[in-house]
Amino acid sequence: MSSVPASSYLRLSLGPIQYHWAREEMLDFYRLIESTPVDIVYLGETICSKRRSFRHRDWIDVAERLAASGKEVVLSTLALLEADSELGYVRKLCNNGTFAVEANDMSAVQMLAGKTSFIGGPSLNIYNSATLRKLVNLGLTRWVMPVELSKDVLADIRIEIPAQIESEIFAWGKLPLAYSARCYTARAHDVSKDACAYCCSDYPDGLMMSTREDEKFLTINGIQTQSARIYNLIGELDERDSSADILRISPQSKGTEQVISLFDKVRNRALRAPNATNELKSYAKSGFCNGYWHGEAGMSFSDRSDRP
Amino acid sequence: MELVCPAGNLPSLKAAVDNGADAVYIGFRDETNARHFAGLNFDSKQIVQGLAYADARSTKIYIAINTYPQPRTFAKWQAAVDQAAEYGADALIVADIGVMDYAANKWPSLRLHLSVQGSATSHEAVRFYAEQFGVRRAVAPRVLSVKQVASLIDHSPIPIEVFGFGSLCVMVEGRCYLSSFVTGQGPNTFGACSPASFVRWSETDSNLETRLNGVLIDRVNKDEKAGYPTICKGRFLVNGETRYAIEEPTSLNTLPILPELYRIGVAAIKIEGRQRSPAYVAKVTRVLRAAIDSCKRDPDNFVPDQAWLSALSSVSEGAQTTLGAYERQWQ
Repeated sequence: MSSVPASSYLRLSLGPIQYHWAREEMLDFYRLIESTPVDIVYLGETICSKRRSFRHRDWIDVAERLAASGKEVVLSTLALLEADSELGYVRKLCNNGTFAVEANDMSAVQMLAGKTSFIGGPSLNIYNSATLRKLVNLGLTRWVMPVELSKDVLADIRIEIPAQIESEIFAWGKLPLAYSARCYTARAHDVSKDACAYCCSDYPDGLMMSTREDEKFLTINGIQTQSARIYNLIGELDERDSSADILRISPQSKGTEQVISLFDKVRNRALRAPNATNELKSYAKSGFCNGYWHGEAGMSFSDRSDRP
Repeated sequence: MELVCPAGNLPSLKAAVDNGADAVYIGFRDETNARHFAGLNFDSKQIVQGLAYADARSTKIYIAINTYPQPRTFAKWQAAVDQAAEYGADALIVADIGVMDYAANKWPSLRLHLSVQGSATSHEAVRFYAEQFGVRRAVAPRVLSVKQVASLIDHSPIPIEVFGFGSLCVMVEGRCYLSSFVTGQGPNTFGACSPASFVRWSETDSNLETRLNGVLIDRVNKDEKAGYPTICKGRFLVNGETRYAIEEPTSLNTLPILPELYRIGVAAIKIEGRQRSPAYVAKVTRVLRAAIDSCKRDPDNFVPDQAWLSALSSVSEGAQTTLGAYERQWQ
């Protein structure tokens, strides 16, 4: 009997930190991650280039430590580029020569295409296999599906692309929903982006935006808008015939290592998904959503994990 | 500096042509374009009529096929590209890489413009589309300051078109899922933001409430005017305070900076509003035509005419306008 190919083993990844944390907190966080069962770690500032808790050297130091502890490390690029200085930093990441790069915008794709193999991040608009095949021809080896697409679209795309191309899905965290030139955290403080005084560092999991009926609706994270609820696909792990190769967990200020551990137990069949879902509730104060996965409104949630 | 005007039907197309558009952009009557609204857009007969009308008056027609097909619907976008090419459109406005790849291979001489939905905010991103698919113009998302647009133009291998007037997308176009988050249908996948079928207006004793798929977007006094419930223009609670957390109901208006846009080399100014009436198209086209002509004659002494500004204000969301991201302070 031949052994099970490595690619059939479901891997867990940790996405880039979306928020503005202090330097010490980031160092502590990644020290903790070294001993978690996550397989892949994406590193870098993807939201706002003004945030400088970590300089380039700090990212590389952390990358080297994580790699030494057995993690696959990927450097993620900024999702929205506006200034020439930002383009310069993306170029530096693309030319780093050691670590793989996740391109989060077409500028990064242009810098990597035909030169280095790369990963297409969740903010690239890959909605069909023709798009994906084109990017594969230019060096893409893994893609992270846009969060608004469903499991059916994933299945449809997978049968039309080369088998060695890895598919990763966003499986835990507040959903990235939009990017803007304007900083909404600064706006909530009645200042402009240029005068922000790093007010986003007051909100380690983003700033809640509720409806006037107190329904927790969206999360403000600087120039990014996220869901208030946690997108949670752990309930889908029991049936993943045509599903992804890699599940992405998005970091939050508290409990990330417990979330990783629960996903790890479920993938190893050491814990059933409904039990994990129960435990995960304490890390999702605004509740869960999973509508996109089922081809519905993203904010909706259907608990299908307790089916026989 | 070309003037590119919107048309959601034949009377609007004629209004744009008659009032001085250099080009008119239109779409098919389905989800292959980003203004997929009931009763809007062109069937094949109307496209042929529109092309003939514009051609006889030396006005170009661009066809927008600028949404993102999924595997099961990809053939519909291919058919749209073929149709547009066969009808003789002057350019296609496209966003999806797979669609662009198809168009570039099947119709190599067909002119392609990168839609604002393609989210290219840097010259490297623009270069990607120019090199891979021979794209000949890119529409810049409404996220760059004037200085950043100038730098984009300086380094871009192809001309850049920008938005000059109309409803303001506050988020980077092509990368906003707010509508699909709430309704399951959004600009990228369905071609519409906050589709009308999910909108509910309801009156309480003293208020008028607007909801999108049940989510309260805004609540106004009965004597106030309630805006259309696009999520980014609603009022929400942040840190215990009710506010327009993202943006107020307002429209983009670049008349005050038209000479700057002209000097930095903007290739075309686009007016938003294929969903608006022929009267809107006529009015805005007429104002922008006069303004661009005046600016070209004497950019140093250009002052927007008060009548132009009030005409534009009268058709703006919330009757107010902004320079949006062009002005750093707005960001």
